[in-house]
Amino acid sequence: MAGEIYKKPITFALMATVAILIGSVVTMAYPMLRSDMHPKLETLKPFTALQLAGRDIYQREGCVGCHTQTVRPLPSEVARYGDYSKAGEFAYDHPFLWGSKRTGPDLAREGGLRPDGWHYQHYANPQALFPKSNMPSYAWLKGRPLDAEEVAVHLNALAMVHPELKADPAAVKAQLAGKDEMDALVAYTQQLGHAVARRQGGTADINLENPLAHDTQAVVVGKKLFAENCAVCHGEEGQGTEGVAPSLIDDQFLGEKGDLPDGAYFAIIDGGSDAKPIGGRKGDPGGGMTAFGSQLKKEEIWSIVTWLRSQRAHEAAEGHDVPKATKGETPAKQEKK
Amino acid sequence: MNDYRYDNQTVQGFILSAIAWGVVGILVGLLISIQLWAPAANFAPWLTYGRLRPVHTNGLAFGLGAGVIFGLTYYIAMRLCGRPLVFPKLARIQLWIFNLAIAAAVISLMMGYTQSNEYAELEWPLDIGVVILWVMFAVNVFATIIKRKDEQMYVSLWYIIATVIAIAVLYIVNNLSIPAGGMKSYHLFAGVNSANVEWWYGHNVVGFLFTMPFLAMFFYFMPKALNLPLYSHRLSILAFWSLIFGYLWTGAHHLIYSPLPDWIQTLGIVFTLFLIAPSWGSVINGYYTVGADWSKMKTNYLTKFFVMAITFYGLQTVQGPTQGLRVVSQLIHYTDWVPGHVHMGTMGWVTLTACASIYYVIPKIHGTTIYSEKVANFHFWLVMVGQLLFSVSMWITGIQQGAMWKATNADGTLKYTFVETLAKNYPYWHTRTLAGIIFTVGMLFFIYNVLMTIRQGRGRSAAQVTA
Repeated sequence: MAGEIYKKPITFALMATVAILIGSVVTMAYPMLRSDMHPKLETLKPFTALQLAGRDIYQREGCVGCHTQTVRPLPSEVARYGDYSKAGEFAYDHPFLWGSKRTGPDLAREGGLRPDGWHYQHYANPQALFPKSNMPSYAWLKGRPLDAEEVAVHLNALAMVHPELKADPAAVKAQLAGKDEMDALVAYTQQLGHAVARRQGGTADINLENPLAHDTQAVVVGKKLFAENCAVCHGEEGQGTEGVAPSLIDDQFLGEKGDLPDGAYFAIIDGGSDAKPIGGRKGDPGGGMTAFGSQLKKEEIWSIVTWLRSQRAHEAAEGHDVPKATKGETPAKQEKK
Repeated sequence: MNDYRYDNQTVQGFILSAIAWGVVGILVGLLISIQLWAPAANFAPWLTYGRLRPVHTNGLAFGLGAGVIFGLTYYIAMRLCGRPLVFPKLARIQLWIFNLAIAAAVISLMMGYTQSNEYAELEWPLDIGVVILWVMFAVNVFATIIKRKDEQMYVSLWYIIATVIAIAVLYIVNNLSIPAGGMKSYHLFAGVNSANVEWWYGHNVVGFLFTMPFLAMFFYFMPKALNLPLYSHRLSILAFWSLIFGYLWTGAHHLIYSPLPDWIQTLGIVFTLFLIAPSWGSVINGYYTVGADWSKMKTNYLTKFFVMAITFYGLQTVQGPTQGLRVVSQLIHYTDWVPGHVHMGTMGWVTLTACASIYYVIPKIHGTTIYSEKVANFHFWLVMVGQLLFSVSMWITGIQQGAMWKATNADGTLKYTFVETLAKNYPYWHTRTLAGIIFTVGMLFFIYNVLMTIRQGRGRSAAQVTA
């Protein structure tokens, strides 16, 4: 290299600028001109006023410091969270909130995975559901009012690049009436990943035989697994938690009177909410049963079913009153989607 | 001479301000390290982990980092240009604005005003302040260089020029946003594009703040303090140009396996590997410079600071590219390995270089010697132990967590729930807090030593400053 430029600061600065700009143009500026940097899934819906208010809170509280919102296309990751993230899911994300650290789990597929009530309870007191969790309590969001005017300004700022977000302040005010910051955060959480179909539940059919029916060993295993995986929502004895998850030992199943065979239980534990139609019952439309198919082996799921059966039989035989659903820490006015 | 004295006070003002913000950043770091294992330590909304983490990163990158860079760059520029600053008053005003800006940054972040982009959290009014600061800095640096006495520009000046230009480009582009109120804005870019711009910025702002200016310091203060000539000018030329050319391609290594188009990811990985060469060019240049006389390790207390600093720089620049490989990334990305990596750079390379440079500059300004080499040695070892304990414990738990996330049974189901993988971190997170305390104590020794040196210097009449 010519030694002269080290004597000429202006020339030197210009050359350094060129060196810096080459990589910037190729990897940052040029891609902006390509359509594959601006994809949008047809199923992607713009944020509602409440959801955007929730996203603003998610930003304000720095949730992105501990939670990612992108599922990598790795088998173990798809098994844990669901379908890997698609570029077209984030067209309204200004900025992207993929994060860089998973102190807590990824949230890209969190929407609809669990019922609203679960989130109210979890945001207020994470350790009540997961004793070993290190997440701070956000109980203080409850009762903090939303500023409808501010949310309308935010929507209209985004409308400069997404005209479909244009909002009438009066309409926003009506939408947010009676809602607080916690409502907004839950609404935002529940729409995460909505543009991609949730993982299809297992292929089990309602008439599958339970290979472990009446197996006493399975009862023991099932009880332990239930305590670890299910009791968080359904209560330690399967009695349910009000506003979060239904009782599994009363005379109702999926919102209707009367029981269904073991195969239906298996299907729903395996596939979550998506498997609900298997029994021809709708269940609670706001409910979100987590799919455990990727976390539990088939025998383990059957063991849980076996334990549930024994638990019901036990309650019936002893002539106990069926335990009342535990009262959750959820607001009574809780919204059902 | 009087001009130098005025400018030296500005330099010292930046150094002391940087140290003060460093204390804030480090104490916040300690608190958030505790919050990771004690969620009850999230005392109030403005003291939650989510809001404090950016206070820690911004406080140290822009409070400590930029403060040191402003001060020591001015010092280096004056010495290498053979003249005082062209605009001394401007530099003094910049010092005041700098402190106001960092204070506003800390307060606004605690209030929850954030753009949510890493290292670009500050909301748009503060961004404007940062740009003004940077322009003031650039004007003074360029004016001083243009009006220099020595014709030839030494390698440190190259790195300074590159830093001034690159930071300006990076900062302005990534902070383009749609204002949505006095303290709220949305990134102009959306989704994948937003991610690509942010990590082009995020990677390079770290590179150009924590690499280039600190290489400038290293290559100025190390030969000066040790009284040894730089080993190879030619190697410097090679390392400089390939570093500033290669750096800007690599941001996408933060987005491996994300929905970002594969070709950008692959380009990022390839250039990341390429960067090993120029990085190690600097490492070799550093080692061989000291290599001319290794007995300096015994006779000059600053030698070990510089040698370990460049060693951590060398380790950092091999570990980083390794992490960029897809097969490694899928194991350690998103785990605590990454903070382990980052802190080797910041607590190792950056801290040691900055401290050693300050140990050199403060006595020079006051025409005295360091208050206590013994205290400096304590400082060195505590910082070393604290940093190694921090990084090593994070690497271990990072690998453990990555492996547990990936672990599946024969039938493809997952072996561990997320909470099980989280709970395994606790012993290592406790260790990290301990490491942080050790490091903090080390830094208190450093601060004590600097303050006592200034006090000792004030006692004597200011000696003539060698230009």
